[in-house]
Amino acid sequence: MEDKLIIRGIEFTSRLWVGTGKYKDFEETKRAIEASGADVVTVAVRRTNITDRKSENLLDYLDPKKYKILPNTAGCYNVEDALRYSRLAREAGVSDLIKLEVIGDEKTLFPDVIGLLQATEILAKEGFIVFPYTNDDPIMAKRLVDAGAAAVMPLAAPIGSGLGIRNPYNMKIILEQATVPIIVDAGVGTASDVAIAMELGCDAVLLNTAIAGARDPIAMAEAMKHGVLAGRLAFKAGRIPKKLYATASSPFDGML
Amino acid sequence: MKLTINGDITENIRAGTVRELLEELKVEPNRVAVEVNLTVVRRADYGQFRLNEGDVVEIVNFVGGGS
Repeated sequence: MEDKLIIRGIEFTSRLWVGTGKYKDFEETKRAIEASGADVVTVAVRRTNITDRKSENLLDYLDPKKYKILPNTAGCYNVEDALRYSRLAREAGVSDLIKLEVIGDEKTLFPDVIGLLQATEILAKEGFIVFPYTNDDPIMAKRLVDAGAAAVMPLAAPIGSGLGIRNPYNMKIILEQATVPIIVDAGVGTASDVAIAMELGCDAVLLNTAIAGARDPIAMAEAMKHGVLAGRLAFKAGRIPKKLYATASSPFDGML
Repeated sequence: MKLTINGDITENIRAGTVRELLEELKVEPNRVAVEVNLTVVRRADYGQFRLNEGDVVEIVNFVGGGS
């Protein structure tokens, strides 16, 4: 049974996408990502260390031929910076993929959706394949699609919070009206959170802290892989409706 | 020549082009992106792109990051 995620003609082998931040070292990053089965890894764009050229490079551990490198604009608080980082990322990398973040506030890291919308429109026109990180707001999801987003990435909860999907009903509305893939980005804490996102019908989940911050990141990476697979299968299988009262699953016939 | 590279004023740069600068700094050109005075320099143009006294140069690469 083929159940591939395809966005703008790009085929993705896993519905679990992972970040590469907060790991102890590159070796742990590599092992966790291998265990997760992800083929998309997000990276940030930062100044090269030009005084210590012996310092290692993340791409020595994550082969861009094996993984799809998805640069983000994390840390950008306005449209100009987000555009600048996106253009640099495209030149540093090999693709037009960009995970667009325009952050509105340091404490919550919630997106500044007005700036996000503007940046999405500009970058889409420049040929970028834009994945905007946004709120769980159905109206904004539509607007981002109109602006040229290749997929929409609503948050489950604040970045790194581990709270899981806080508003599954909004997520359902976003999914119901979606004309592009919906990828939950940020805020999941454990495998069941991921499974819930997939059971709702989300197309993929992107996470970082939930794996990197776990006591055993490698084991958690594997748990997340299974969470995504279980949730997706359950979604495709079609769950039973929730009811208030019992329905016996053993027959009455033949009872004494 | 004096350049500002990644926020630091750097003196006695001998390089005349972006390509020469990356060689001088021993930076692998395929792993970075370069911006000069807020303009991204295309990789194909590194050899021709001239640097001038006082230019502000940013050299970036990918690091670990999530959201």
